[in-house]
Parts: sequence; structure tokens; C-alpha cells
Amino acid sequence: MKPSGYALDATFAALADPTRRAILARLADGEATVTELAAPFDMSQPAISKHLKVLERAGLITRGREAQRRPRKLEPRPLAEATDWIERYRKIWEANYKRLDAVLEELKGRQKKAVEALIEDTRPRPRKRKSK
Amino acid sequence: MTDTAAMKITTPTDRELVMTRVFEAPRGMVFDALTKPDLLQRWLLGPPGWTMPVCDIDLRVGGKYRYVWQNADGRRMGMGGMFQEIVRPSRLVATEVYEDYWTGGETLVTTELAETRGKTTLSTTVRYASREARDAAIKMGATKGLEASYHQLDELLKA
Repeated sequence: MKPSGYALDATFAALADPTRRAILARLADGEATVTELAAPFDMSQPAISKHLKVLERAGLITRGREAQRRPRKLEPRPLAEATDWIERYRKIWEANYKRLDAVLEELKGRQKKAVEALIEDTRPRPRKRKSK
Repeated sequence: MTDTAAMKITTPTDRELVMTRVFEAPRGMVFDALTKPDLLQRWLLGPPGWTMPVCDIDLRVGGKYRYVWQNADGRRMGMGGMFQEIVRPSRLVATEVYEDYWTGGETLVTTELAETRGKTTLSTTVRYASREARDAAIKMGATKGLEASYHQLDELLKA
């Protein structure tokens, strides 16, 4: 088996393309033949086959044994590795950004107060008479 | 829809990771929160239980920054780099390298801030310096729990 870093590298490269993501989304619902996969796209079968080859090399899909149809099937494991990494990253950053929201709310509050104080300062006030 | 739900992570190329999030504040304020130590120390903390006791920022091109995080057990983790571009309040480019083994190399981080009607879209692009660095970062992140649900799969496919 390939070291997982390289496998994941291929996974991310394969996922960078919207057509390939759409193919994977379709295969998440169940296996499908090349003809079935090509149907929703405005693409030739050879063009779809090229995408399938990239997905296959990344280990994201495999071919069924059935000689005639050779249906493509989703392989969940490499995607699981990629999603797991992204999910961990996402969780950490969501927590960071929630705290940043709170910091920004406070800064906005401070700014509002400062503006109000400024308005208060510049408002004309009844002047005290100068004592002689 | 909340802003948290609006956070997006995408992988446009095999060397990049892009993170996007909208904040309910003007971008000057967000830029400050990204570059002023007393503000940054309050939110850039990572996993639960970590604090950032060291936050040194020399905000000028060629200037260095260094952050050190610490958890309850006293374990420390440092990270730092150098500013390459500073355009307040819209853009920040800096190198980033963790002092620990686990992310495996220097990345280039480009931060862009766009403002629309008082809201700021913060976009952070992490570019891995080499394939090896990327592999190391991913390997470390991927060692735990390989089983992912189809829900997670859907999330990634939507990205």
C-alpha cells in the first residue's frame, strides 16, 4: 500500500475538479456504468473515462467484476481520510472564528461608545458664565 | 443561516487549502484582530484547553512574528514566520512554520479581506511549500479515525 500522504495528495488532486466531484456524488448513491455516469454531463465518453481514470488512480473508485458493464463503485476509505483531516481542521477553525466573532462584537461596542462620547463632546452646551 | 455555517474549506489545487468565513464587522476591525497581539491572543487558540502566552508581531514587510500556545499540562507549541506583504485592511501575506515536527514544513499564508455593507469576507489560502510538507501535514491529520460517514462525504462534495 502507498504511504497515506501520497494517497491523500492524489485524493485532493482528484477532488479539485467539479466534474469528478459530481461523479463521486453520483456514485455515493450506488454503482454505475460509464454510460450512466456520462449521461448527465455534456461530455464525450472518452472525456468521462479520463476523469474516471484520475479517480481510479486516486483509489477513490474501483471497477466491478461484471465483464459486460464494468460498473464503477465508490471506495469510501481514501475519502474518509481526506474528510477526516478537513473535519478536524474545520472544527479547530470554527472554534477560533467563534471567539473572533466575540472579539469583533466587543470592538464594535467600544467603537460605538467612542463615537457617542465624541458626539457628546462636540454637542453645543450651555456655557457657564465666566466669573469675573 | 448563521455565519458559522457559512464557513467554507476548499482544496482548489493539490498544494492549497482555502478557508472562507464572513464576519459581521468592517474589515479594518478584522485586520486589527488578525494583527494586534492583545486581540489575537483572545481567539487564535486552536483545540480546547490551549492558551497563547506568547504573541510577538513586528507588522512590517520582512518583520517577524511568533506565537506560542500552551495547554493545561504545560505542553508548548510554537509557530512563526515573516511578513511578505501588508496592505491594510485588505491583504496580508506571510510565511508560516510550526516549530514542532507534526506539520512538517513552511507554508505561505495569504489572507484577503473584502468588505460588503459592513460585513467582511475573510479568505485564507494556505499554500504548502512542497509536496513533502503537504504530505506530512496530511499524514499527521489523517492518523485518527478513518471511518467517515456519508454525511461528511456530502459536506466535502458540496465544497
